[in-house]
Amino acid sequence: MTATADKAAAAAVETVKATIDGIEVEVPKGTLIIRAAEQVGIDIPRFCDHPLLKPAGACRQCLVDVASPGPDGNLRAFPKPQPSCTMTVTEGMVVNTQHTSAEADRAQKGVLELLLINHPLDCPVCDKGGECPLQNQAQSHGRPESRFVDVKRVFEKPLALSSEILLDRERCVLCQRCTRFSKEIAGDAFIDLQNRGAMQQIGTFDEDVLDFDGYRPIGVASEDESGKAFSSYFSGNTVQICPVGALTSAAYRFRSRPFDLVSSPGISEHDSSGAAIRTDHRRGKILRRLADQDPVVNEEWITDKDRFAFTWQNLDDRITRPLVRRDGELVEVSWPDAIAAAAAGLRSALEAKRPKGIGVLPGGRVTFEDAYAYSKFARVVLGTNDIDARTRVASAEELAFLGNHVAGRGLGVTFADLEKAPAVLLVGFEPEEEGGIVFLRLNKRARSVFAVAPWLTRGNEKLGAQLIATRPGDEGVALQNLPADAVAALSQEGAVIIVGERAAGAAGALTAAVSLSQQTGAALAWIPRRAGERGAVEAGALPTLLPGGRDVTKAKARAAVAAAWGVEELPANAGRSAAEIIAAAAKGQLDALVVGGVTPSDLNADFVKALKKTPFVVSLEVRRTEVSEYADVVLPVAPPSEKSGTFLNWEGRLRSFPTAISTDAISDHRVLDILAREMGANLGTGTVREISAEISTLGADDSQRPAAPNVKATAASGDVVLASWHQLVDEGALQDGEPYLAGTGRTSVARISAGTAARLGVGGAVSIKGAYRTSIELPVVITEMADGVVWVPTKSPGSWVARDLGVEPGAAVTVKGATP
Amino acid sequence: MTTQLTPVLSAIWDQEKSWTLDTYTKNGGYNALKKALATPPTDLIQAVKDSGLRGRGGAGFPTGMKWGFLPPDDGKPRYLVVNADESEPGTCKDIPTMLANPHALIEGVAITSFAIGSNHAFIYLRGEVVHVYRRLLQAVREAYEAGHLGQNIHGKGYNLELTVHAGAGAYICGEETALLDSLEGRRGQPRLKPPFPAVEGLYARPTVVNNVESIASVPAIVDKGVEWFTSMGTERSKGMGFFSLSGHVNKPGQYEAPLGITLRELLEYAGGIRDGHELKFWTPGGSSTPIFTAEHLDTPLDYESVGAAGSMLGTRALQIFDETTCVVRAVMRWTEFYKHESCGKCTPCREGTYWLTLILKRLENGEGTMADIQQLLDTCDSILGRAFCALGDGATSSITSSIKLFREEYEAHVTGAGCPFDHAASALFPYATASTVEVSA
Repeated sequence: MTATADKAAAAAVETVKATIDGIEVEVPKGTLIIRAAEQVGIDIPRFCDHPLLKPAGACRQCLVDVASPGPDGNLRAFPKPQPSCTMTVTEGMVVNTQHTSAEADRAQKGVLELLLINHPLDCPVCDKGGECPLQNQAQSHGRPESRFVDVKRVFEKPLALSSEILLDRERCVLCQRCTRFSKEIAGDAFIDLQNRGAMQQIGTFDEDVLDFDGYRPIGVASEDESGKAFSSYFSGNTVQICPVGALTSAAYRFRSRPFDLVSSPGISEHDSSGAAIRTDHRRGKILRRLADQDPVVNEEWITDKDRFAFTWQNLDDRITRPLVRRDGELVEVSWPDAIAAAAAGLRSALEAKRPKGIGVLPGGRVTFEDAYAYSKFARVVLGTNDIDARTRVASAEELAFLGNHVAGRGLGVTFADLEKAPAVLLVGFEPEEEGGIVFLRLNKRARSVFAVAPWLTRGNEKLGAQLIATRPGDEGVALQNLPADAVAALSQEGAVIIVGERAAGAAGALTAAVSLSQQTGAALAWIPRRAGERGAVEAGALPTLLPGGRDVTKAKARAAVAAAWGVEELPANAGRSAAEIIAAAAKGQLDALVVGGVTPSDLNADFVKALKKTPFVVSLEVRRTEVSEYADVVLPVAPPSEKSGTFLNWEGRLRSFPTAISTDAISDHRVLDILAREMGANLGTGTVREISAEISTLGADDSQRPAAPNVKATAASGDVVLASWHQLVDEGALQDGEPYLAGTGRTSVARISAGTAARLGVGGAVSIKGAYRTSIELPVVITEMADGVVWVPTKSPGSWVARDLGVEPGAAVTVKGATP
Repeated sequence: MTTQLTPVLSAIWDQEKSWTLDTYTKNGGYNALKKALATPPTDLIQAVKDSGLRGRGGAGFPTGMKWGFLPPDDGKPRYLVVNADESEPGTCKDIPTMLANPHALIEGVAITSFAIGSNHAFIYLRGEVVHVYRRLLQAVREAYEAGHLGQNIHGKGYNLELTVHAGAGAYICGEETALLDSLEGRRGQPRLKPPFPAVEGLYARPTVVNNVESIASVPAIVDKGVEWFTSMGTERSKGMGFFSLSGHVNKPGQYEAPLGITLRELLEYAGGIRDGHELKFWTPGGSSTPIFTAEHLDTPLDYESVGAAGSMLGTRALQIFDETTCVVRAVMRWTEFYKHESCGKCTPCREGTYWLTLILKRLENGEGTMADIQQLLDTCDSILGRAFCALGDGATSSITSSIKLFREEYEAHVTGAGCPFDHAASALFPYATASTVEVSA
């Protein structure tokens, strides 16, 4: 029953009337019979049909009797039952399904009997048992006993399509949902039908995978440069839409029965799309996650990261009790003791004779409510604007951009707008790598796509994007000199300019994007990578912004927020950015740091130095990280599945989620509320409800925005500059503990243009050096791309840029040949 | 009066190197093309409509009407695709035509393409027949060199490219939409219709797909006129066609005769049933058509009469079986073919033909039950009219018709513990009897 919601908005649709099982139904012209039947509550059994895939008519389970008026106006029955999943409703049509037509019922039973002859009777051990359309159908409509007495065809099993996706071919009913999804939705046609007749089967074209040895999956299934294996960031969706137990995931296979699971709705914590997910858990343990249906956001799809990366929150390093450093060692203490210790440390920092300041780094992954609590805590309790969630590439220009164009703007460009957009310009943003659901929406139909990037990724290639080859750092210049066809395309109504968080790394890029948007009339959307980014902007977890897009340097803005918060005044000076806070701390210029959800290896070595040099560090974390090693007080907070809250997705849409698993873990906002109370302040962030109420009274204030960014675009300098972004599946902390998912990640390679490789005299493999003595060594793939650039993945196996190079994209690096 | 044979396409088969351009031209070849290029395309389409030529690939759809389905010319490409994927058991007419008289096809292609406004035509040839492929390529080369194909044909300003494509040997690719997918380089499986090929065919452009014999008949119609063509055949089945006799006849082969000829007449030309034997059953149009018996010897072999008698004219592939033949075994062989050739797209055909084969093998081996005979009928019922394309329907024809006509023979396989026939007796060549049929998937 899922349809893309915005389709309903199309005005004045031509409709047709028909009768299904005696019930009259009026539907838009072109509606399939099976959809029309759903609208009046008639369920026609089906396997190959899926509302979001093109009709196939392969399984023949949905046969119904159809009659339609002939030229003379008299009803004429079709001589044989018709597939309701491929035939559209026409005016005056009379449809009789299995409920009212003996012929349709007989046809469906006949097909079901045939589907079952070669299907194994292994329901008791099949993962799908209990939620299997074929099982349900067989039990409600099938024969009690099979008439098939011959030998069923068998295959060796399971076949590893990838390290994550396993295929039991003998269970497959060849509905082609998986191959159609892969082709039509994900654009990853790495699986297809092979052989024919009863021996037809789904397979990949990787001989290593096809070659089978014994009862276990074999073969390498990671993406290589030839792209042979089932290497798709969306492969898990095929498991979910498989109408039988043919496709299973290595992570869930044989782990549970669906009827033992408790299902809770949720929102994925992995990116800024806010995809709806369903968390299935048993006795407090998450067994799997599925895509939930949300027509306006993720339709019915999620990325493999959304689906499979959930083990991180319950690994051995999970902190469940507060820790306080005593005699150099972290020891478990009670909550009151820990809160007291944290309060004492912060208080003494505040009350120092010559206070140097306290920095707050909430990270980009916390919920809207948490970010709000950090924002309020910093201003009200710590009296500082030194708070910044942007523990990534960032700039002052970006702050102005966020304040002027993003914060408090409510729902801006939406997924539906992206789907409709006739032209899209991508700046510092890789849809498939940095926003999987965004990619799927863009991939729904052809349009002009322009990518300001160093090279054309496979994801952008699938979108038919035209590359505007640009060195990282030169994006601003590139935007000022866009080709005329790009400018013309963007001048069409509904065109969209998407800037990613990486655009902040190029001086003048955001300024240029704003003026391009004004020049062409194209809408401007900011799509960051991490789930908490937009919420942090709205909550004012930024050094220059108060909640609702209010400029902290404006007295009226401060007064309004101060009044709402019940305090006399708020700190007036613009705060320091995350990089400035870290740099100051690394020089010993801060008294204390409050850190939440920041992974040191995502930042350069200054961060660890900062932690070491700062006298007092409070860490709010789910897991024990390197931050804990230097923290004085560690306060455990709840992971997403054990808390409720809201992610604000990039659209600005509130994506609230309830607690999936109730534990005694508490959210950052509540921890901060308790801590504030201990320090004598009433933060009022104890519950999500309190915070929501306060945020809605605060609202946004357009009159108190900071000025628009105005930075001159400059070109990057350096002989060879670094380009880098995160791949969707990589070694991010939120993907820890999931080896099957990791196996589907792409092979780490360095990319360099043929000209640059020749000029540098490199090939085979390279060694890249940045600010540190350490280097990154990777095999080289000569790529058609901007010269003078070397690209490596940001945090993939063997390529941890921040930790090993200590520089950001756009910085000069040295590239030397290495032995492959 | 005995119906006379009417060799048209086969008229020059007995001449020296009949397949060469020289021989073809010597016999008046490519005159029709010359005439056609001087005729308005709409007149050509009308002539073919008036001739009553019906698709010779089996379905018998009026050829001219098919051409008329093309939408008006929008200046963009449109295609003619010749279906030369002749694969049905018993059918053997297109391959001999292309082997012995390829230029008739090529001339037909040129005329048809001109009539429908196509500048690129394709011949999709069954992949196994490499000798035919070579001969076609050679003939096309000759035609290009002689200016019957290529740029500015006959100096009339008409351009036509002709591509001969060899498939990979799949029966399903004879289904026109599967053929188009295969020609596009995809997996050959039937497409969802609508859109029909006339609207969105090859490369999603308007496309006419016609059988070899239909297209090869066009030059004669253009050359000798509509009246000449309509003087042959019956009221609604006009013209001549190949009747391919095979099996237990003394002179098997292709007999080109007016539609409406009877098997009795054809048998006379073919020297009768194998000496000392009598007709038991036969297929009028290949293995996909319900079988006939001696009762139908005088049924006129035209679309209407054969249809009225409960079968289909199909491809006029007359497979003749005498009384030494076990009908169960013959049907099993055919069904094995359908099982092997089922593309696998839809459930009824994929699973149904698999099951039918297993049951038939058991019956033939004497391991069947009476319930199996009913199961055959039930399974056929689950396939007929339920499958995605006509392949599934075709697979059931011989089973249901043979059970109807020879049920006692099926039952004898059950009651008498095995096949009552001496298989060597039915063979036309030295034959070592295998004791049982191997039962395997």
